[in-house]
Amino acid sequence: MNPIILYSVLILAGLGIVLAIVLFVVANKFRVDEDPRIDEVEAVLPGANCGGCGYPGCRGFADAFVKSDNPSAMFCPVGGNKAMEAAAAIMGMSIEAKEPQVAVVRCAGSPAKRPRTAVYNSAPSCKLAASLFAGDTACPFGCLGLGDCSRVCKFGAIAIDPTTLLPVVNEELCTACGACVSACPKNVIELRKKGAKGRRVFVSCLNRDKGGVARKACGVACIGCGKCAKICPFEAITVENNVAYIDFERCKACRKCVGECPTGAIHEVNFPPRKPAATEATTVAEAQS
Amino acid sequence: MSKLRTFRKGGVHPPEQKLSADRPIERLQLPAKVYIPLQQHIGAPPTAVVAKGDRVKVGQLLAQSGGFVSANIHSSVSGVVESLEPIADGTGYKRPTITIAVEGDEWLESIDRSTELNTNLDVAPDEIVKRIAEAGIVGLGGATFPMHVKLTIPTGKKANVLIVNAVECEPYLTSDHRVMLEHGPEIMVGLQLLMKSIGVERTVIGIENNKPDAIAHLSKLAQDYKGIEVQPLRVKYPQGGEKMLIKAITGREVPSGGLPIEVGAVVVNVGSVLAAYEAVQKRKPLFERVVTVTGKQLEKPSNFRVRIGTPISTLIEAAGGMPSDTGKVISGGPMMGKALISTDVAVAKGTSGVVLMPSSEATKGEPQACIRCARCVNACPLGLEPYLFARLSQRGRFADMENERVMDCMECGSCFYACPAKVSLLDYIKLGKNEVGAMIRSRNAKK
Repeated sequence: MNPIILYSVLILAGLGIVLAIVLFVVANKFRVDEDPRIDEVEAVLPGANCGGCGYPGCRGFADAFVKSDNPSAMFCPVGGNKAMEAAAAIMGMSIEAKEPQVAVVRCAGSPAKRPRTAVYNSAPSCKLAASLFAGDTACPFGCLGLGDCSRVCKFGAIAIDPTTLLPVVNEELCTACGACVSACPKNVIELRKKGAKGRRVFVSCLNRDKGGVARKACGVACIGCGKCAKICPFEAITVENNVAYIDFERCKACRKCVGECPTGAIHEVNFPPRKPAATEATTVAEAQS
Repeated sequence: MSKLRTFRKGGVHPPEQKLSADRPIERLQLPAKVYIPLQQHIGAPPTAVVAKGDRVKVGQLLAQSGGFVSANIHSSVSGVVESLEPIADGTGYKRPTITIAVEGDEWLESIDRSTELNTNLDVAPDEIVKRIAEAGIVGLGGATFPMHVKLTIPTGKKANVLIVNAVECEPYLTSDHRVMLEHGPEIMVGLQLLMKSIGVERTVIGIENNKPDAIAHLSKLAQDYKGIEVQPLRVKYPQGGEKMLIKAITGREVPSGGLPIEVGAVVVNVGSVLAAYEAVQKRKPLFERVVTVTGKQLEKPSNFRVRIGTPISTLIEAAGGMPSDTGKVISGGPMMGKALISTDVAVAKGTSGVVLMPSSEATKGEPQACIRCARCVNACPLGLEPYLFARLSQRGRFADMENERVMDCMECGSCFYACPAKVSLLDYIKLGKNEVGAMIRSRNAKK
C-alpha cells in the first residue's frame, strides 16, 4: 500500500479519537442541566412569541413557569385556559381557570358625533400625534384614529373602521395579549372580562372634562352626571373626574345603566335585541353603529 | 468689503417675507380678560401666590419662581383674579393658568413709568442679576431660558464675550428688528449693565444683513459706548440658534450637550436686553413684549406691544381680522413655531410672533419614500443625521437615537425644509426626543 495513504488515514483517525475524548471531557465538565419540563411546557404554548405574558417569547415564559414558586399566578393570554391546564399537568398540578378577557375600545367619538376642529398633517402614528398635540377634535382624551393599535396586533384582531375612524376589535381573533393597550398613547383600550356569552356592559368614554365641555366636544361623551351609579344595584359604577367607570368584577350585566345614560355613552354588546318597549336601547344601538 | 460672516455647516435660506419690517410698534388696547400661564419658561414650574378673588395691580407677583432654573410670573393687568383653573394651551392639553378680569390700568407704585433714558450705571453686579431674576426675565427669542441663570457664571468658568442675538433669522418675524430701531439707546444702556453683571469687556451684536437700517442705527449708537460692536452676518437660517451664532461670531464651537459658557460666551436676545434695562433701571417686571402679527393675506401686518396673557385672537383682530382663506395659525416663526389649535390661546413670554398661513401653504403635502439623498444631512447645522433619526424613531429604537445624539437637535426644522420627499423628519425627531428625555429622566431618578 502506498505509505502516504496509510499515514494519512492513521493520522486523521488518531486526531479524531483524541479530539473526541477532549470534546467528551469538556462537554461533561460544562454540562448545563436544563429541566426537561421547560421543553414540554414550551410545546403546549401557542408559539406566537407575542410577549403578551410579559416574558420574552414562549420559551421565556416556559422557563419562568417551570422555575416559578407560584406558577398559578402566571397566564398565557393567547393559549388561554387550555394551554395553562396542559402546562400545569406537566408540572403535576392543577390551575384555576381564568375568565377570558378581550380588548375593549372605550371611545365612540366618530366624526359624526365628534366634529374635527383641527387638521393633523404628519406621519400616521398615534404616538407621534399625541406628542405634538391633544388631538384633532375638541376632546383631548379620545381615540386619535391613526391605528397604532392595529399595527402592533399580531393576530389581526383590531382594525380602524374607515367610516367611524375608531378601532374595531374582532372578538374571535383577540387573545387579550395587551399589545394594543400599551401601544395606545391615550389609554383608550382596556382589557375587560369577556362575560358570559360575550355579553358585557362598559362606559365607552374617557372624557374627564366637565359635563358641558365634554358634551360640546362629543355627542356621545360621558358627562359624569352619575345617573348610572345611582341606578346600579351592585355598586359596580363609580364616577371620578367627571367620567363613569364600570367595574367588570362587580357588574352583573343587568343593563339598567344603559337605558339611564342621557348621552348613550354606556354600551352593551352581544345581548339579544330588547323588547320594543325599551326605546332607549334603540338609541344606544344607533350610537354604536 | 470682506465676505460676511456666518456659521459654516448646514443651514437653509427660506424666503424672508419680512412684511411688517417698516411698521412701528403699536400699543395694543387692553383685553377684557387675560390668561397668564404659569409655565412660560424652561425649568421648574412656579407656585401661584394669589388666590381666586384677589385684586392685583400691573406688575404684581402672581407666581413665585420654583427653583434656580425658573422664573417669576407677574400680572400684566390690574383687576381681579377670576380663576386658577387649567386652560388648554396651543396644543390642546390643559396647563395651569391664572385668569384675570381687567379693571382699569393701575400699576404698582414701585415701577418708574417715565420714558426718560436712565443712564445711571451705579448698580452692583449682584444687584443687577437680582433685579433681573425678580422681574422674571427669560429669553424672549422663543427658547425662554431664565436670564438670571445665564448671568450667573458657574465657579471655575469665565465669560469673555457677551453676544447679543439680534439675528431674527426666522422668516416673517420683525419684532426684534423694530425693537432695535425704536429702543436703541435703552439697549445700549442695558448692554452696559449686562456687561457689568458678568464682568466682560466686549459685546458683539450679531445682526443679519437683511436689516441694514438696524445695523446702521446700532453701529452709530455703539460708537459712544466702549466695548460694544455690531457684526453684520450673512442671511442664513438658523443663525439665531445660540450655537450657530457663537460659531459665526467667534468661530468657537460649543461642545455637544454643553452651554455657551464652556467657550466663554453668554448669549442674550436683543428683546431680552431691553427687558433687562427696564427691570434694572425702571423696576419693571416682564409683563409685556413685542409680538409680530403677520401673514401674506393679512390686511395690515403689524408689530404690537402686548401684555402677556392677551388672547391671540385679539391681536389678529387688531391686525385687520382673520383672512377667510387661513389654513394655519402659527405661534412663533414659520420654521420653529407651533401650529395653534385655537386662537383663544394667550400670548406668553416666548411668543415672538403670530403667523397666518393661507390654506395653500398650510399643509406639508403627501410624503414620499426616503431615498437617502442626504439633503437633510447637508442642511443640519449641527452635523446630525435626520433621516436616520426618522427611521430609528419609526422603529422605536430610542436608545440608538440617544447614541446618535438626538438630544443635540435644536428642532430648527432645516432638515424638513430641505427634504424633497416631504418626510416628517422633525416630527419623528421630536417624538424621539420626548422618549429619550423620559429615558434620561428615569435613569437620573434611579441614581
